[in-house]
Amino acid sequence: MARLRARSRRGPAQSHNPMPEAAISEALARRKRRDGWFALAGLLIMLAAVLTLVLLLAQLLVDGLPRLSLEFFVEFPSRFPQRAGIYSAWIGTLLVMLVTAFVAVPLGVAAGLYLEEYARRNWLTDLIEINVSNLAGVPSIIYGLLALGLFVNRFSLGQSIAAAGLTLALLIIPVVIVATREAIRAVPRNMREAAYAMGTTQWQMVAHHVLPYSTGSILTGIIIGLSRAIGETAPVITIGALTFIAFLPEAPIGGEFPYINFNWLDAPFTLLPIQIFNWLSRPQTEFHANAAAAALVLIALTLCMNATAIYLRYRYRRRVQW
Amino acid sequence: MAAISHIDPKEALAVKARVEQLSFYYGDAQALNRVSLDLAERRITALIGASGCGKSTFLRCFNRLHDLYPESRYEGQILLKPDDINIISKAVDPLEVRLRIGMVFQKPNPFPKTIFENVAYGLKVRGVRDRHFIEERVEGALRQASLWAETRDRLQDSAMTLSGGQQQRLCIARALAPQPELLLLDEPTSALDPIATANIEELLSELKEQVTILIVTHNMQQAARVSDFTAFMHLGELVEFGDTDTVFTTPRQKKTEDYITGRYG
Ligand SMILES: Nc1ncnc2c1ncn2[C@@H]1O[C@H](COP(=O)(O)OP(=O)(O)OP(=O)(O)O)[C@@H](O)[C@H]1O
Ligand SMILES: [Mg+2]
Repeated sequence: MARLRARSRRGPAQSHNPMPEAAISEALARRKRRDGWFALAGLLIMLAAVLTLVLLLAQLLVDGLPRLSLEFFVEFPSRFPQRAGIYSAWIGTLLVMLVTAFVAVPLGVAAGLYLEEYARRNWLTDLIEINVSNLAGVPSIIYGLLALGLFVNRFSLGQSIAAAGLTLALLIIPVVIVATREAIRAVPRNMREAAYAMGTTQWQMVAHHVLPYSTGSILTGIIIGLSRAIGETAPVITIGALTFIAFLPEAPIGGEFPYINFNWLDAPFTLLPIQIFNWLSRPQTEFHANAAAAALVLIALTLCMNATAIYLRYRYRRRVQW
Repeated sequence: MAAISHIDPKEALAVKARVEQLSFYYGDAQALNRVSLDLAERRITALIGASGCGKSTFLRCFNRLHDLYPESRYEGQILLKPDDINIISKAVDPLEVRLRIGMVFQKPNPFPKTIFENVAYGLKVRGVRDRHFIEERVEGALRQASLWAETRDRLQDSAMTLSGGQQQRLCIARALAPQPELLLLDEPTSALDPIATANIEELLSELKEQVTILIVTHNMQQAARVSDFTAFMHLGELVEFGDTDTVFTTPRQKKTEDYITGRYG
């Protein structure tokens, strides 16, 4: 504003502007008003959204916080709400996510790399591209149905941690592929030319440049994919997650030589969202408090993952800037 | 035109690369039309001409950078001495060409890695492992690019922390470290201030003792100052080629004169 007034003080004598000064300030004021209205509307809408979220969270906190204690994490589900805990649920979530990450990350990143760096542009890659983007939007229950037929029945994996991990991996592979491709595409053309001009092979290009420069964004994509998978309920119910498990799968590390085993992959499982669902469907209100507490744990987990994603993005952005 | 494009044999200069009837197409659009000229060994050849006349296109033929994009097509040949391989032939691996010819781009483009890694990169892609050798070569290249004094204490810093002029000298060092036979520079000083420009010009004059240089420039004074030979291009064709003094004092073509005196482009 100050600058504007200063200019009008110089007077019309030097001004060759076709618009008179008064008209300009009138038009400016009108535009400013319009800006102001829009900002206000945006603010209100945003506040409404944030407020809903805050209220939801507050309700959860009121209901669930009293139930959160160390025992809650190390107790199995029980008929008595006061004694019930999420031990099998969070261990199940952890192990299933482990499988999901181990399968989805290499496959997704490799597929993204291949499509972006190696594949020739033709109708086949176009078709694959369209399919990958569409797959990211397919309702998750469809993946559950596919997994039921494929993993549970055809591959006879049964209702196991392995089957659940693979199912969720299917679900997030498109997300990882899309994130990888976008990250790779963000490597600028002049950086590629610089590298190729030095005589790099295609593989050196990928290993020395493309992957290191896009690690941050790829990791972010992976974490966002995993945090989507962690809350999924429908597909794991479809493949038969149990809702009441009072034991843990065999520990992957320890025991006898060679101290690592994969029996846990075969174990039945439950997950946090399923535990929540189960408690909510009980008539006793005490169980609802348990559900709220478990929901808090789930939310905290997702928030942590997102925070990690933001941190990684920040760190790698700072290191790699064009 | 072909007659004037070869170096006068009585000067007894060795030829490093002989371009013969080189045409280049971006898809259907022809960007170079039967260009022929010789690059004298261990001399600086400057390429001048109006924007869009095909200077960069010409330069990028030398290390087959056009191959990165589909739809590009070469005709004619570029023979690289002493073994007379035809750089642009399909039978020649672009990798081999790029390993023998270094390039510096218009905009400084260091890798987002450390200063040391940047300069050592050419050796890394060649599979050199000997740490001692690499360190020596990095120091040598940085000295050649007159960047050693400024960076000797911060070799492990990111190259992105250097100033624009330092980054460009780093890119020159990076191109020099693997000791290329031919160095291509595409307007290397267009983003730099006069002092950095002067540094780089001085550097080029020193470098020509060791390496053949082909440089694109928009700056007439620069071409006149640093180059031994000058080629003037217009709309994808080579209009005039000769030793720099002659081209600048007594150009044979009207177009060249107009361009040099600023009546054009
Ligand atoms: N990738 C491309 N696809 C199609 N045409 C291109 C491409 N790159 C350049 N050209 C065209 O080729 C011609 C020569 O371009 P070039 O970049 O070689 O010019 P230049 O002499 O380097 O210009 P400047 O001095 O502005 O850098 C121009 O007409 C340009 O439009
Ligand atoms: Mg150019």
